[in-house]
Amino acid sequence: MIEFLQQLGKNTHTGFTKLGRGTFFLLQVISGILSVLPRPRLLLNQMYSVGVLSFLIISISGLFVGMVLGLQGYYILSDFGAEETLGVMVAASLVRELGPVVSALLFAGRAGSALTAEIGLMKATEQLSGMEMMAVDPIKRIISPRFLAGCLSMPLLAALFSAIGIIGGQLVGSGLLGVDEGAYWAQMQANLDFQDDIVNGVIKSIVFGFVTSWIALFEGYDAVPTSEGVSRATTRTVVNSAFSILGLDFILTTLMFGDN
Amino acid sequence: MDNRVSLPNSLVSVQNLSFSRGDKKIFDDISLEFERGKVTAIMGPSGTGKTTLLKLIGGQLFPKQGSIIVDGNNVHSLRRTELYNLRKRMGMLFQSGALLTDMNVFDNVAFPLREHTHLPESMIRTLVLMKLQAVGLRGARNLMPNELSGGMARRIALARAIALDPMMIMYDEPFTGQDPISKGALVHLIKSLNTILGLTSIVVSHDVHETAAIADYIYVISEGKIVGQGTPKEIAQSESDWVQQFMTGAADGPAHFHYPAKDYVDDLLSTGRRY
Amino acid sequence: MQHTSTQDTFVGLFVASGIVGLFFLALQVSNLSSFTERDSYTITARFENSGGLKIKSPVSAAGVKIGRVSAISFDRKTYQSVVKLNIDAQYNTLPEDTTASIFTAGLLGEQYVNLEPGGSDEFLKEGGKIEITQSAIILEKAIGQFLFKSAEEKK
Repeated sequence: MIEFLQQLGKNTHTGFTKLGRGTFFLLQVISGILSVLPRPRLLLNQMYSVGVLSFLIISISGLFVGMVLGLQGYYILSDFGAEETLGVMVAASLVRELGPVVSALLFAGRAGSALTAEIGLMKATEQLSGMEMMAVDPIKRIISPRFLAGCLSMPLLAALFSAIGIIGGQLVGSGLLGVDEGAYWAQMQANLDFQDDIVNGVIKSIVFGFVTSWIALFEGYDAVPTSEGVSRATTRTVVNSAFSILGLDFILTTLMFGDN
Repeated sequence: MDNRVSLPNSLVSVQNLSFSRGDKKIFDDISLEFERGKVTAIMGPSGTGKTTLLKLIGGQLFPKQGSIIVDGNNVHSLRRTELYNLRKRMGMLFQSGALLTDMNVFDNVAFPLREHTHLPESMIRTLVLMKLQAVGLRGARNLMPNELSGGMARRIALARAIALDPMMIMYDEPFTGQDPISKGALVHLIKSLNTILGLTSIVVSHDVHETAAIADYIYVISEGKIVGQGTPKEIAQSESDWVQQFMTGAADGPAHFHYPAKDYVDDLLSTGRRY
Repeated sequence: MQHTSTQDTFVGLFVASGIVGLFFLALQVSNLSSFTERDSYTITARFENSGGLKIKSPVSAAGVKIGRVSAISFDRKTYQSVVKLNIDAQYNTLPEDTTASIFTAGLLGEQYVNLEPGGSDEFLKEGGKIEITQSAIILEKAIGQFLFKSAEEKK
């Protein structure tokens, strides 16, 4: 029992110190963003590896998720004779939940793990240390541009995911199952609100992008500088990001859609 | 044993330095002097914190006690910008080279120039090619770091370290894991850079022969203490058993072959539950 | 860095398609296009019971949506429900004796305010009041009355 309590105390302690280091790290990264702005080249290069390289997986997944939603939604709604509202169902679930959440999970798997591995390896091969000795702040030069790129890419990727998914749902719904195309779009437009649905979805994806980039970069920066340490850190990035995304999604949903 | 006064011509002066990592004492009240324009070597077995010493001098780690003076500045009481300005005048060659893996050789050497100066690209090109010529790798400028051998990577890293024309260079284990030819090339480079550019060099190494060939002065460190110091000749003739063991590489001596353990026979006969 | 220009192109494409996606969501998927804060005027209607009416519930006349509910509050003195209706400025010819009733779209659908124009020559203006109202039909009440009535008849 005592041992268990000791272990618990120790874990709490390490957890809090890590959170403290992470917060300090985040503040440094954010203050470093100022020095990225005069050098857009750094940002552009990272937008490529963070955003463009996640583009394919996000758009293909979006298409399939939208198509499946179209199918399942049709089967359920047609039981109530409400196939016309298929558009509402597909669009609302994508824009509010699946778009931001699934694309953030994919982003954590694709870009987040790559970021952790990259930073961790740079640490393990003394590149970060070497940069410091060349009087170049690695946080400003390496971390901040990646962080900014992650924060900017995530909402764009989530919007693409939702948009492609809605089109996918329409392809299946009206192309395959015969829902009226006009009804699909009209019902959607009548029932989705710009402020409540679209803006809130975008806010969610911004939050997720912020948190995922933070976790990924911090895990890399904080990794034990060995190959084992880096691979552990990569795993932690994916796991912790997934937990944070899903937990935050619940909290944000309660805040945003709760008072109706 | 070490109570030399800080010499006026010493560039780096380490005074009463103590540093520990966790419970383990890495340095225990040691003082060292590094003279301007000379090659000073720090030798000792692996794990004695030689790399840690370089990181302390570079201001990446903070000592528990004592101070480090580089060119008149106390490294650990400098403000951040001052420290960064000081680092621009300190070159460091890491054991792995620490080349940036996403850039080719040319961009790696140009990196400190592009970060710290606003020179036009044509001038950067000239400077980079001059530095690459100095290490004999001007022809390798378009290779990526993963296409380089270990020795080449270290020479490129050396070209990068001298890109900003520093006043000193710290070499972290420059000879480890190199074939004899690369070793020879590096020995030659360190020596000639030192004389031609008038650099102050600090070499951390456990390669006895190579280091003895270039060093003007050697400190031998073991278990946080300085166990021997002097010119290579003096070290070679040292009466300290420990220094002799280190220089000749004998398996047993003051530094034991066996990790501390209880008596062998007792240990085999004991019937303890765990081990 | 010979790949720079192709990289830039891809980044440009990525950002452009992301923004197109956002615009698509805003204009094609949501009601932004139909509900840009157009000029509107507010009128008030008092109901004995506003039922399940909500803010942003539609206001329609002759089956055409002409505005939205902007506020619902409870009057402490008259114990009535005060509903503010935001009507599109282009529909500025509602007579003063217009009737407002709360209807339900379908059996289980959402509730909305239906306006039945009267015959007056004066039109409702900003801050105008609708005098004649008909409350929401509360299903439980209606069923209760129906059962009560049939029980009476049987006697």
